[in-house]
Amino acid sequence: MFESLSLLALQQYWWVIVSLLASLLVFLFFVQGGQTLIYTVAKTEAERKMLINSLGRKWEFTFTTLVTFGGAFFASFPLFYSTSFGGAYWVWMAILFAFVIQAVSYEYRSKANNFLGQKTFEWFLILNGALGTILVGTAVSTFFTGSEFSVNKLNLTNIFGSGSTTISAWEGPAHGLEAVLNVQNVALGLAIFFLARILGLLYFMNDIADVNIHARSKKQLLINAVPFLVFFLLFVGLLLVKDGFAVIPEAGKDPLLWKVQIEPYKYFNNLLAMPLVLIMFLLGVVAVLWGIIGTLIGKCTKGIFSAGLGTVLTVFSVFMLAGFNNTAYYPSTFDLNSSLTIMNSSSSKFTLTAMSYVSLLVPFVLVYIVWAWRAINNKKIDAAEMQSETHTY
Amino acid sequence: MENFDLTLIDWSRGQFALTAMFHWIFVPLTLGLAFIIAIMETIYVKTGDEKWKKMTKFWATLFGINFAIGVATGLILEFEFGTNWSNYSWFVGDIFGAPLAIEGIMAFFMESTFIAIMFFGWNKVSKKTHLVSTWLVAVGANLSALWILVANAWMQEPVGMVFNPDTARNEMVDFWAVLFSPSAINKFLHTISSAYVLSAVFVIGVSSWYLLKNRDAIFAKKSILVASVFGLMAALYMVWTGDESARTIARVQPMKFASMEALWDGQTNVPLVAFGILEKPALPKTQGQYQEKDFYIKIEIPNALSYMAFLNANAYIPGVKDLVNGYTDSNTGKVEPSYYDKILRGKEAITTLKNYKEAVNRGDEAQSTLLRAKFEDKEWMATTFKYFGYGYYDNKSVGGLIPSIPVSFYAFRIMVMLSGHFLLLFILMLIYGLKNKLEKMRWLLYVAIWTIPLVYLASQAGWVLAEMGRQPWVIQDLMPTLSAVSKLDASSVQITFWLFAVTFTTLLIAEVKIMISQIKKGITGGH
Repeated sequence: MFESLSLLALQQYWWVIVSLLASLLVFLFFVQGGQTLIYTVAKTEAERKMLINSLGRKWEFTFTTLVTFGGAFFASFPLFYSTSFGGAYWVWMAILFAFVIQAVSYEYRSKANNFLGQKTFEWFLILNGALGTILVGTAVSTFFTGSEFSVNKLNLTNIFGSGSTTISAWEGPAHGLEAVLNVQNVALGLAIFFLARILGLLYFMNDIADVNIHARSKKQLLINAVPFLVFFLLFVGLLLVKDGFAVIPEAGKDPLLWKVQIEPYKYFNNLLAMPLVLIMFLLGVVAVLWGIIGTLIGKCTKGIFSAGLGTVLTVFSVFMLAGFNNTAYYPSTFDLNSSLTIMNSSSSKFTLTAMSYVSLLVPFVLVYIVWAWRAINNKKIDAAEMQSETHTY
Repeated sequence: MENFDLTLIDWSRGQFALTAMFHWIFVPLTLGLAFIIAIMETIYVKTGDEKWKKMTKFWATLFGINFAIGVATGLILEFEFGTNWSNYSWFVGDIFGAPLAIEGIMAFFMESTFIAIMFFGWNKVSKKTHLVSTWLVAVGANLSALWILVANAWMQEPVGMVFNPDTARNEMVDFWAVLFSPSAINKFLHTISSAYVLSAVFVIGVSSWYLLKNRDAIFAKKSILVASVFGLMAALYMVWTGDESARTIARVQPMKFASMEALWDGQTNVPLVAFGILEKPALPKTQGQYQEKDFYIKIEIPNALSYMAFLNANAYIPGVKDLVNGYTDSNTGKVEPSYYDKILRGKEAITTLKNYKEAVNRGDEAQSTLLRAKFEDKEWMATTFKYFGYGYYDNKSVGGLIPSIPVSFYAFRIMVMLSGHFLLLFILMLIYGLKNKLEKMRWLLYVAIWTIPLVYLASQAGWVLAEMGRQPWVIQDLMPTLSAVSKLDASSVQITFWLFAVTFTTLLIAEVKIMISQIKKGITGGH
C-alpha cells in the first residue's frame, strides 16, 4: 500500500509521524512539569510521596517517547540527526544529562543506602523537569529561527586536501549554546516549561485524591498560567511577523538541488495556506485554555485531558508550519542552501516505505498504552495506598 | 592523514565505549532476569503457592533497580550516533536508523507500558493479566535487543544496500537481508543467550549467599533450581551460537579472526591456541609497521582453528601479514588484494564520487552520466567501491587498519574459558540442587558468589572482542572511525567524556549499594 506513494508523499507522511511524536512528547512533559513542583505543591513528606508516585508511574512513557522520537527522526530524516546532533553538540548533551539523572531518581529516591540521599534524587527530578523542558523548547524554536551550520557532502571525498571529511559543520564556537541568545528561542523554552507545569498540576488534580494537594495545585495553576501565556504569545507573535525560509521548487530538477530563500511573513503565510493547520492550531489553543480555565472556575478534575489534547494539536500544527508548504524545517542562517528540508534530508523511498509499514503498529501501541493507563489510574492515589502498596518510590 | 584529528577520534571512541560498556553492565541482567521472573510468576499462577509470588516480587525488585540505570545509559548511546558520529549518521543512516526506530515503536513501548503493570498492577489487574504483562516485559526487552543487535551486526557485515552517489550515502534495498544476515542472527542469539547466562549466574550467586547465611533457604533453593535449568540451556545455546559466530567472523571479518588468534602467518591445518601468553606488548603502529609477536608459552589444539572456522581441519586461514600483503586463498583459489591495493582502490572510489558530484554541480551532463555509470557497474562496485573506506588511509598508515592484537586475543580467551566455568557451575548446581545437598556444598556456594563478577567480566570481554576486534571499521571496509566522526573540538568530547564517567560511576555506586541493601533485606524484607 505504501509502495504506490510518491517519495514526497512518504516524506510528508514521516514528517507527520515525527510531528505527532513531538506533540505527544510535549504533552507527556507533564511528568517533567510536575517534577518541578514537588516542593511547591507538597508540604509534607507524605504529600511529596504521593506526587512522586503519581508521576513515577508515567515517567517511562515520556522517556520512551523521547527515545522513539530520536529513533524515528534518525530513520526518516538522517541528515537532521547528523547535522543537528553533531553540530549543536552542547544543547543535545545538556538535554541528555537532564534525562540521565531522571531515569534513576524515581527508583532510587526512597531506597535504603542510596548513596546520594533522598534530597539529591529529588533535586535531580527538579533539574530534569526544568532543564529538559526549557532546552527542548529552545532547540525546537531553532526550527524557525535557524542556526549557523553548513552541509557539504563533497567533504566526504576530502582525502587529499587539508579540509575536514565531515559533511556537516557548525560554524560557530558555541555548538548550539548560542540558541539562548535569541529571544524567540528562549520564549518557546519558557512557554514549554510553564505549559509542562500546568499539565503537571492538572495531572495531580486528576490522579491524586488529597484536599491539600488539590487546593495548592489550583492556586499554582493560575500562577503558572500567566507566564505561560506571556511567553507563548511572545513566541507566536514573533513567529507570525518574522521572515521565514522558503524552498523554491524547480520543476524537473532534483529536489536535492532546490534553493532556499528568505520570504517575509513565511510562517504567517503558511498558516493561511494550510487552513486545516490554522484550525488545529486555534482548536489546540482553545482546548489548552479550556482545560486551565475550566479547572480554575469549576470543580473539574479532568482538565488534563482537554489541555493535553490541546497541547498535542498546537504542537503538531507548529511542526506543520515548520516543515510543510515548501519550508526549510531546519534552516541555516550561515548558508541558506545548507538548510534542511523534508525533501533533502530524508531517507530513501525504500526505507521510508519499509518504515511506513512499521508505523502501522502505532495504533496498537496507543491502544495498549490507553489500556494500561486506565488499569493503573482507575483508582486515584491517596495516602492510604502509599502505606499499603508494596512497590512505591 | 594530516587532516584527521586523531585526538578527537580517540576521545569520541572512548566516550562511545564508556557509554556502551556501562550500558552493558545493566542490559544483560534485564534481558535474562525478566524471563526468570516470568517463569517464577507462571509457577505461582499455576500452583497458587504464595512463596512463588514472594520470589517473583523479590527478583522483580532487583530487576527494577537494575533496569532504571540501563534505560539512562541507553538513551545516551542512541543520541551519540548523531552527536559524535555525524558522518556515520548520514552515510548509513538510511539503513541504521530503521532498526533504532523499530526498536522504539515495537519494543520500548511494550517494555515500559507493561513494566508499570508488572510493578503496580498486583492489586489492580487480574492474576492472569499480570502474568501476561510480566511475559510482555521480557518479550519487549528481548525484542529491543533484537533490533539493536541487528543494527550492530549490519555494521560488521553490511548487506542489503546500494550506494547512491547523488545523496552520497548507502541506501537500503533489502530489509530482510539486513534482518536475517548470518551476522545478525548469530549476534542476536549469541548475545541474548549470554545475557541469560549472566542472569542465571546472578540469581544463583545471590541465592547461594542466602544459603551460606542460613536465610530464606527454601526460597533460595527454588531460585537456584529455576536459574540453573535456565542457565544450563542458555549456556549450551551460547556455546553453539558462539561457534557459529566464529565461522561468520572468519568469513566476513578475517582480520578480526586473525587478531583474536594472534595469527601472524596464514597456513593450513591451523591449531587453536587454547592458552597462551603473548610476548611483549605491541609497538605503536606507525609508519606501516606492525609488530610481529610470538608467544612466551602456548598450548595448542592441532587443526582446531581450521575446523572451527571452516569445518575443515585442513582449511587455510590467512594471518595478519597475509591480509596486509595480499594472499591466495588455498581453499577457494581466490586472490585477495593487499591492503596497499585496497587503499588505491578506495582512493579511486572516493575520487570517482568527488568527480561525479563536481560534474553534477557544474551541470556537466556528459561527465556525470559517464561517472554515474560506474556506480551502477556491479563489477566496479564489487572490486573497487567495496574498499571505499580504505581510501582514507595511505601506505604509511596501513598499521591503523590492524586492530589491537593483545586486546582481541585475551578478550576472546577470557570469554571462552569463563564460559566453560559457567557451564560447569550450572551442572553442579543442578545436580546438588536436585539431590537437595546444596547447603553441604559450602565451597560451591562460595564459588557461585564469586562467579557473579566473573560473568560480568566475560560478558564485557565478548563485546570488547566484537568491537575492538573490528577496528578501525565503523562499517566494515566502507567507513573507518576516521571519516565517521563529528566535527568537534577534542576538548569538548573530553569534557563530556569525564562528565559521563563521573555521572555513570556515581550512579553505579548508588545502584550497587541499593542492590546489596535489598539483597540483605531478603525476601521477607519487602520493598
